[in-house]
Amino acid sequence: MTTERKCRMQAKQVFGVVAATAALAGFSSVAHTDGDWGKYQVGDLRSGYTYAEPETRAIQDDDFENPAMLTLDYGAELWSAKDGEANKSCADCHGDAAKSMKGVGARYPVYYQPWGKLINVELRINECREKFMKAKPYKYESNEMLGMSAFVKYQSRDMPVNVDIGGPSKDFFLKGKEFYFQRRGQLDMACKHCHEDNAGNMIRANLLSQGHSNGFPTYRLKWQKVGSLHRRIRGCNSQVRATPYDYGSDEYVNLELYLAWRGRGLPVESPSVRN
Amino acid sequence: MTRKISTARVTRRHVLVLTGAAAAVAGTGFLPSIAAADKAALDAAIKKTIGDANVQSGRITLDLPQIAENGNTVPIGVEVDSPMTANDYVKSVHIFAEGNPNPQVASLHFTPASGAAKASTRMRLLKTQNVVAVAEMSDGSVYRETVEVKVTIGGCGG
Amino acid sequence: MASAKPRIKVPKSAVKGEVVEIKTLISHKMETGLRKDKDGQVIPRQIINKFTCTFNDKVVFSADWHPAISANPYMAFHIRATESGKLEFTWHDDNGETYSKSANLAVS
Repeated sequence: MTTERKCRMQAKQVFGVVAATAALAGFSSVAHTDGDWGKYQVGDLRSGYTYAEPETRAIQDDDFENPAMLTLDYGAELWSAKDGEANKSCADCHGDAAKSMKGVGARYPVYYQPWGKLINVELRINECREKFMKAKPYKYESNEMLGMSAFVKYQSRDMPVNVDIGGPSKDFFLKGKEFYFQRRGQLDMACKHCHEDNAGNMIRANLLSQGHSNGFPTYRLKWQKVGSLHRRIRGCNSQVRATPYDYGSDEYVNLELYLAWRGRGLPVESPSVRN
Repeated sequence: MTRKISTARVTRRHVLVLTGAAAAVAGTGFLPSIAAADKAALDAAIKKTIGDANVQSGRITLDLPQIAENGNTVPIGVEVDSPMTANDYVKSVHIFAEGNPNPQVASLHFTPASGAAKASTRMRLLKTQNVVAVAEMSDGSVYRETVEVKVTIGGCGG
Repeated sequence: MASAKPRIKVPKSAVKGEVVEIKTLISHKMETGLRKDKDGQVIPRQIINKFTCTFNDKVVFSADWHPAISANPYMAFHIRATESGKLEFTWHDDNGETYSKSANLAVS
């Protein structure tokens, strides 16, 4: 048995006691074994990768074994598939994604002049589809959108997250930050209560991570498929018994910018594998 | 998965009791009566697969996490010690999960051309339970190995 | 995705007699038949129930899968490289469809 395993077992025993008495949102602290996390740790910032069990990390470590790659392959196919009334593909304008999309996953969301607000990768894909391809927008959580957004972000693999929060982005960044610290839902909890104050502690039987966004879209074992950052945030909001905002809503896109800034320097891991 | 259904229906009190039980690493399922039924179903499934063959221990190595982070995707590796020649090879390895609604997981069929009786896949486990591998050799002998896997019931996974 | 998409990982070449690992992955929900939808109706079972690998038309490895195999099934196994030839992989769906993929292995 590895030290880490022992540690987790103790954690669960500790948790058992807590659960017996607990409020739904009871936290229990865990002595965590700090490893050498290499690129997955930058200063005090730790990717969600470092909070996953070794078996989950192993699935992400080998691109072949990562089931998210099936979805990404689909996105790669769509990249060069003509669609819409304009009969154009992404590749017709953007050419080789490895060149044209490099860095996009690291710097989005960005301020988008025509809208006068932020735009993330998913919304940018649909903007292209509607405006230039004259094609129907993808549904936010469709395999098409997940495949395409994973494919686009994958082109920035291992680049450090580096978003611009100045200039016209500033107000939206501040709104995102406010969201992060705002209590909500019947449990009256903010993002920060789990992911800042209690990262590394157990919430019931799960280890809380710092809640970084650098691995999205992610193959989540719970979902048994790839899902977007907004799906994950909606899950968090539901769990504190708050009404989630819509996929692609201004609230979540602003929050997305704050989250990216908060995890700046961590490598783009899309598409990652998480519990 | 069924877990999704059951958690959707149970009350908050049940959730606390259930997770408490699992978290205390009780090991053997939630209720003794259900565990017994599981074992009977497992025995029936094994008997259906291999008949009345005499089951020996040894030769099988099961690679499973001690604690599975999520029951939806539990990696399993199996290896059976065998020369894998035309006259002496592993025909099949059957994998069972004692505490699942249906104990059968997979049957892996090898040939001498496999070179090694070694394979891996990913499976679903409803709860903490025993995973059993039964290997049938070309000479008719049968081996069995059992490993317990503890399955985490999620906090944010519910 | 309209239909299940397979991925395979086979070494391009091998030394005669070498035992090589083959990895496979296919996109599939592996619907257990035990879940219910929002209206309480059972979602019918639909899984891939059989996987086969042949080498030069001879079965070298196969597997029967039950609903306990995870979504997007992963299967890794081995073959002994005896001669150059073609590996063919087939997945059988409950709905009668089959999905296939092939690869060449050069043995020296």
